[in-house]
Amino acid sequence: MSVVLRVDDLSKSFGGVQAVKDVSFSIEQGELLAMIGPNGAGKTTCFNMLMGQLKPTGGEVFFKGENLTGRQPRDIWRMGIGRTFQVTAAYSSMTVVENVQMALISHHRRIFSFLPFAHKLYKEEAMSLLDLVGMSDQAERHCAILAYGDLKRLELSIALCHKPSLLLMDEPTAGMAPTERFKLMQLTSDIVRDQNISVLFTEHDMDVVFTHSHRVMVLNRGELIADGSVDEIRNDARVQEIYLGGGNLYQKAKAAKHD
Amino acid sequence: MSLLFAQLLTGLADAATLFLVASGLSLIFGVTRIVNFSHGSFYMLGAFIGYSLMQVLPGMFGFWASVLLAGVAVGLIGVIVEICVLRPIYRAPELFQLVATFGVILIIQDVALFTWGADDLLGPRAPGLTGIVRIMGEPVPKYDLALIAITPLVLFSLWYMITKTRVGILVRAATQDREMVGALGVNQAWLFTGVFFLGAMLAGLGGAIQLPKGGADLLMDFNILAAIFVVVVIGGMGSLPGAYAAAVLISVLNVYGVTYIPQSTLVLMFVVMAVVLMIKPFGLFGREEVAGEHGQVGEPERPIKPAGPRGRLMVAGLIFLLALIPLSGSNFAQILTTDIITFALFAASLHFILGLGGLVSFGHAAYFGGGAYVAALLVTHLGANMEIAFVLAPFGAALGAVMIGWLCMRRTGVYFAMLTLAFAQLIWSLVYQWDEFTGGDDGLVDIWPAAWLNGTSVYYYFTMLFGIGGILALRHVAHSPFGYALRASRDSTRQAEATGIHTKRVQWAAFSFAGAMAGLAGALFVFSKGSVFPTELEIAKSFDGLIVVFLGGVKTLSGGVVGAASLELVKDVLTRFEYWRLSLGVLIIVVVILAPNGIVGTLHKLGERLGMTGKTEDR
Ligand SMILES: Nc1ncnc2c1ncn2[C@@H]1O[C@H](COP(=O)(O)OP(=O)(O)O)[C@@H](O)[C@H]1O
Ligand SMILES: [Mg+2]
Repeated sequence: MSVVLRVDDLSKSFGGVQAVKDVSFSIEQGELLAMIGPNGAGKTTCFNMLMGQLKPTGGEVFFKGENLTGRQPRDIWRMGIGRTFQVTAAYSSMTVVENVQMALISHHRRIFSFLPFAHKLYKEEAMSLLDLVGMSDQAERHCAILAYGDLKRLELSIALCHKPSLLLMDEPTAGMAPTERFKLMQLTSDIVRDQNISVLFTEHDMDVVFTHSHRVMVLNRGELIADGSVDEIRNDARVQEIYLGGGNLYQKAKAAKHD
Repeated sequence: MSLLFAQLLTGLADAATLFLVASGLSLIFGVTRIVNFSHGSFYMLGAFIGYSLMQVLPGMFGFWASVLLAGVAVGLIGVIVEICVLRPIYRAPELFQLVATFGVILIIQDVALFTWGADDLLGPRAPGLTGIVRIMGEPVPKYDLALIAITPLVLFSLWYMITKTRVGILVRAATQDREMVGALGVNQAWLFTGVFFLGAMLAGLGGAIQLPKGGADLLMDFNILAAIFVVVVIGGMGSLPGAYAAAVLISVLNVYGVTYIPQSTLVLMFVVMAVVLMIKPFGLFGREEVAGEHGQVGEPERPIKPAGPRGRLMVAGLIFLLALIPLSGSNFAQILTTDIITFALFAASLHFILGLGGLVSFGHAAYFGGGAYVAALLVTHLGANMEIAFVLAPFGAALGAVMIGWLCMRRTGVYFAMLTLAFAQLIWSLVYQWDEFTGGDDGLVDIWPAAWLNGTSVYYYFTMLFGIGGILALRHVAHSPFGYALRASRDSTRQAEATGIHTKRVQWAAFSFAGAMAGLAGALFVFSKGSVFPTELEIAKSFDGLIVVFLGGVKTLSGGVVGAASLELVKDVLTRFEYWRLSLGVLIIVVVILAPNGIVGTLHKLGERLGMTGKTEDR
């Protein structure tokens, strides 16, 4: 297997707050990698640096050998990284399918095209992506009135538009019922397997993490304190001490669920 | 050296009024997020009321009592405006309130005209402070010294009130975080009213206190408007020390400017503002605006769809009817319709960037007037054919929009709006002051269409072709991938950037395209009138555009066009009466209160409720 993403000593401080400290890891092709940690651990900040929304204060990120530190999100997206946001950010004035079509228009580099009707472009492609995430029956609905879980699934289909080789998903299942949660992660696993892409995701539900991920990283106060297989993480003394505080992992996570 | 110092003192004295008025505007914006266009009118009322009071209250005590009472009176007028006009529409879409404040401007103009007459009033001199003192040999009016002393006192009192008292803490809390006020258990409505009182009072004080130096006249409202916006922006929205520093900066530079580079006077403050904003994006003392802080109020926009067969049929029918108008033989109807179409194209171009792009431009007249002037200058100086001038006009306007857009695009929100205003004023003052080239105030005349287009009916059809053609082109682009990318950039910059859309570039292109279309409208305009004057580049023209876009409905595709046509028609009727501004102002406010989604948006809702149009959403 080959390394898709390599992160070297990534750091970020906001004023005096060191949100991320010297984090290093890599992601293999086809890997489903979870990043866990309590609220404020720096997970979203990490994602923001990987995708270019934030400039790191130190360290570098290599995607397929190319250094992408300091590049714009739109360029990073073109290189093949897609992302969903912890706080959803779909286009509220468009329908569900138009949201996907917009991303496809960008994928096909047709943004500066003035003549065709946008709502007719790439409609079938968009519908099949919506079908993949189980949203095709809601395709014509106004995006502003979707349920939160549906928005998350819509974002996933948008993130797939550019056929990324790496997908970053920040709390993809937040706001979903437990059954929905497992369905979405099952879907993600299928996508990882079928399209041979890699996924890095954050998640508070430990059942979901331990069921679906191939590998788990634990972030605490900006530092990576553990990185290993599901079993290793479950039994890691440091993780239990710092992250679990000796208590029940699942309960802890539940209490900390909402940022 | 001594002259320089004396000039510095003059500048500091001038800063008093500017600071008083601007700090009121800043407070109101900071707490209520309302861009109060009528703030200049409060200032004007302060001058008129102060003048009247000074006629009856004698002596030194009478003078200062008049100043204070004028302030209080204007503060109370501000309260009336807040309660009657603004309170019903706080929940309307962002910036919609500025339309209502524009209605207030119109009403106050006619009330002032009715009460105090059309003649300029010479301000009385301040008893006890009439003479001069010599400072380093230079004469300095005593009153100037009084003003220089008073301003820091006012600044300090305001600062004390804001930082040390409970009310002040609430005001600050509201400025920084509006949700928090509710959480503190404060009645937000009364807080807003109180802030309006204070803000209007400061404007009134400013108007009264400058009487000995400037007097009172009916143009004061618009004359100070641009300056106080500039001061607030340079100082940083919501910052009092910033407003003071900026008022001093602008006034002092202005005094020196008048002396040493007289041609610069009108442009100077806008250049200063542009430079400050390039270096300090949020003004001298401003806080960074958190994206989305002003958030979209009200419901999100509906998805758009190109017109169906029924809609197309209706548009075709309308065009057909318009084409019949010349057959009636009425010159008047043709000229009125030509004006309407021209204005509608201008409004549609503004709607394109404002509605679809979410970019509020306060200076769109620059491209309308710009297009008109490009054509007129080509004809006047190069003897160009009408056809060539007509074709080049939109390109000239677009070129201006490309350059100005590039500069303004670095900022967002209100700062973007203010930058567009500044550059529009810059162009206006260039045209106004460069007599030999642009004709200055006298404008450019004898700009007639080519022989084959000379004739009311022929030119009418020409206007229909390009005017309606332009509107339809704008509408089509709204449905194109580019139009979608523009809306995407507005809806969620983060998502758009994370899916490969260069949002700034898209917005820049849209701004330029809108500029070109406004330029086309300007070209149609200049050849229909045969002349062009600097008024076509004025703030008032830009505001006209804003008003109709908001009145028509920002969140609807045809809002700009419908708003423009309605306003032109109403104006045509109302201007036959003596106090037409008053009537128009009242009408605008009534429409704003009754139809907070704009005319089209509200009609659409009404239709939905009556089941006439298909519901677009299953909510
Ligand atoms: N824009 C910002 N400015 C200042 N501090 C921030 C900013 N974003 C995040 N932080 C801080 O960085 C830390 C990590 O936050 P975040 O990455 O959102 O954590 P997580 O996603 O793991 O919950 C927190 O202490 C948070 O307060
Ligand atoms: Mg997070």
